[in-house]
Amino acid sequence: MSALGVTFKRELALLWAGGGALAPLGYFFGTAMLVPLAMGPDRALLQTAGPPLVWIAAALAMLAMLERLFQSDLEDGSLEQMLLSPTPLEGIVIAKACALWVAIGLPLALAGAPVAIALQAPVERVPLIVLSLALGTAAFTGVGVIGAAVTASVKRGGVLLALIVLPMFAPPIIFGASVASGEDVGAALSILAGCALAAIALGPIAAAAALRLQAE
Amino acid sequence: MSARGPFQDNPPHKSGIRVEALALSRGGRILFEGLSFAAASGDYVEVQGSNGSGKTSLLRAMAGLLTPKAGEIAFDGVEEPALALHYVGHANALKREASVRDHLRYWAGLFEGGAREQVVGQALDLTRVMSLPVRALSQGQARRLALSRLIIAPRPIWLLDEPAAALDDAGKAALNELIGSHRASGGIVVAAVHEPLGPAPSQTIRVPR
Repeated sequence: MSALGVTFKRELALLWAGGGALAPLGYFFGTAMLVPLAMGPDRALLQTAGPPLVWIAAALAMLAMLERLFQSDLEDGSLEQMLLSPTPLEGIVIAKACALWVAIGLPLALAGAPVAIALQAPVERVPLIVLSLALGTAAFTGVGVIGAAVTASVKRGGVLLALIVLPMFAPPIIFGASVASGEDVGAALSILAGCALAAIALGPIAAAAALRLQAE
Repeated sequence: MSARGPFQDNPPHKSGIRVEALALSRGGRILFEGLSFAAASGDYVEVQGSNGSGKTSLLRAMAGLLTPKAGEIAFDGVEEPALALHYVGHANALKREASVRDHLRYWAGLFEGGAREQVVGQALDLTRVMSLPVRALSQGQARRLALSRLIIAPRPIWLLDEPAAALDDAGKAALNELIGSHRASGGIVVAAVHEPLGPAPSQTIRVPR
């Protein structure tokens, strides 16, 4: 198998080891469940404010998984071995990002369906919300790897990571919330797809450059 | 080394290492300056020096992980620069949750190697623990697993940092056997050590303090 294939497989196995990939799902459900408790049972209010909050919950759940993404590789020496592979580090980072999206992003997007319904989103809009979340979590992954790489050598870098990454989460959240509340759905989905593609294309290049510096 | 591939120039030549006037610094402090040495096919070079003298930094600079402050490191006669070397550092590069077999397969892909699991298992006595996760291994077994990268994918130059750390006598013997056969097939081994590994080095480099 190629270096990209084995990296993807290993990363997926490590994310799933011991049910680690279930934690962000639980986080996602938990955060979303607190929304109606905080806002009260007013159906009309929940209908307007609820669905976009799915996006906040998804962004925070992704953020929670990013901190250790490269930190453990830096600490245990795996990063050095990745640098010595004949495959460029950019490719290895893409393989890791893909595994993160499959293990965390995609399940979050699917879990968006019951959560959106619970927050009073119209049922006919739920498939669109799931699709937009799938694109949005891909965009989060792309920009997230940059933050994870830059903070890899920072002990307890979670807060710093959030400061770096959250501003870059803004575009997908703006257009994702637009899909969730049913405004200009077609245009918003196109822009979301653009955000996802740009983040996945550019994020790993920036992340690999940061990791090369960190490895010194 | 067998001569093959498009990078081969001139009559059959072998691989070699040239380090010229090398200076390294860590955290703004100069570790050493003006270090020069050369090694050719079949050589075993021992790097010695006190704690903090820069043995690890020298190996990491040779592996391309650390940018030298001054000087030059060159590998001659290496056909494919990306396949020039193995580096076994202090850190074993192991994941606690993954099994020994998982690691062997991952490295085979990462380094484009193709050694069979049985061969690797026998050479380093890892056959019995093949399906165990790394967290169940002893320090010595984890070190053996890290050393298995040397067999999984062939590389002409081996850079080893305290390779015998945590190894028992049988482990040290297995390591010496690996080094011996690598030298016999024209490879170069550079090892940073506190105590001599056993085989007589072709040269000893003392990192100046």
